[in-house]
Amino acid sequence: MIDKIITADEAVAGIEDGMTIMVGGFLGTGSPEILMDALVRKGVKHLTVIGNDGGLAEGQPANFPGKTPRGIGKLLENRMVDHIIATHVGVNPRLNEQFADGSLKYTLVPQGTLAEKIRAANYGLGGILTPTGVGTLMETEKDELGRDKITMEIDGKKYLLERPLHADYALCRASICDKFGNFSCTKATKTFNYVMAGAADHTIVATEKLVDIAEMDPDTFEIAGVLVDNVVEGEPKWQI
Amino acid sequence: MADIKVRIAKRVAKEMHDGDVVNLGIGLPTMVPQFIPEDVVVTLHSENGFAGLAGPVTEEAEVDTNVIDSGGTYVKTVDRVKYFDAADSFGIIRGGHVDATVLGAMQVAPNGDLANWIIPGKKVAGMGGAMDLVVGAKKVIIAMTHTQKGNHKILEACTLPLTAEKVVDMIITEMGVMEVRPEGLVVTELHPDFSKEDIQEATGCKLIFAEDLKAMED
Repeated sequence: MIDKIITADEAVAGIEDGMTIMVGGFLGTGSPEILMDALVRKGVKHLTVIGNDGGLAEGQPANFPGKTPRGIGKLLENRMVDHIIATHVGVNPRLNEQFADGSLKYTLVPQGTLAEKIRAANYGLGGILTPTGVGTLMETEKDELGRDKITMEIDGKKYLLERPLHADYALCRASICDKFGNFSCTKATKTFNYVMAGAADHTIVATEKLVDIAEMDPDTFEIAGVLVDNVVEGEPKWQI
Repeated sequence: MADIKVRIAKRVAKEMHDGDVVNLGIGLPTMVPQFIPEDVVVTLHSENGFAGLAGPVTEEAEVDTNVIDSGGTYVKTVDRVKYFDAADSFGIIRGGHVDATVLGAMQVAPNGDLANWIIPGKKVAGMGGAMDLVVGAKKVIIAMTHTQKGNHKILEACTLPLTAEKVVDMIITEMGVMEVRPEGLVVTELHPDFSKEDIQEATGCKLIFAEDLKAMED
């Protein structure tokens, strides 16, 4: 299959209640908005969502407020998430509201650790060793699946063994993508999109600009289309 | 209060060296760049994905919605900016390629233990990149008010959950400058508004005063 183009609704058709999805972006910037919108239309519930944060609510960020929620914020607004695995949950107010009423639980992971756990799942590693979190709750509390943490001492230095983090679907945002799924993200939209592409059973890329095969110099693309299952066009540039 | 923050930020700026890669936490640390001398060129790392932060955008026409900082604010960048993804950004951090990080604290101990991310029972925010930053940066500078509503923040041992063990190198407050050394927490500069007794009283652990104790400037 060379042409991987499908619609946003087709792309999320296989996402069922209770599945685990990972979503690229950082406070909404770099998130695949048309895939979030399609998930909201489908009305899927009880998701476990892996991402840096809970996106943004309407009216955020403070300096140039948005008119709608952004990124994972759209899923939270519609109460579609049971468990969020993230690095920061303090920005979107929907998060703490839903923690407080008991409908949402969270697992916090340091940002660098989250990236490496996802990368480990993507690239076939049994886990990664990081000094981050040694001597903290990251060492003493259980992980996102309720497992005890393992520590290892390597050449006299203590590390946490962090296991791979895999999902049913990875939902990524590209700035430019060809029909085979080779893609790149501009500026600060890269975020988790690069490590997530391939770290799930199905990887969907929503792209701002779609180009034909061989239309661009292959070096235009930073991520290989062999990691991507489907491509959705029509991702808008965010407007303030 | 404003003067105190300026005093702290100005003193932090003196710790910046030409060529340094620096990551600044939110709040007071973001005031530091305005006090760095022009001949000292530092590259500001923004952990969401680039090195070469310039500062916040103030005019709507200047907003590039593809460029935010780690606090979610639309920002400008310098010409030498390089963008990268989350794995590369934290590889740069954990790999020791950030020369200094400046951040606030709830509690610090004389062995360098730091607590600045969670108060059990209170609204949860998350550590974001803080745990990686303090473990990976070559120098960890805590910039903060010396006490919180009269309560000690510099303690014999942290009582809040740690951000990391034994990572803090320097503490800069409105009262003075302290360095974490093998012998304990050493006051190297004391602001003229305060006596040795004042700073000791505002501190929850025994302070050591450097033999060449200097005056902290405003």
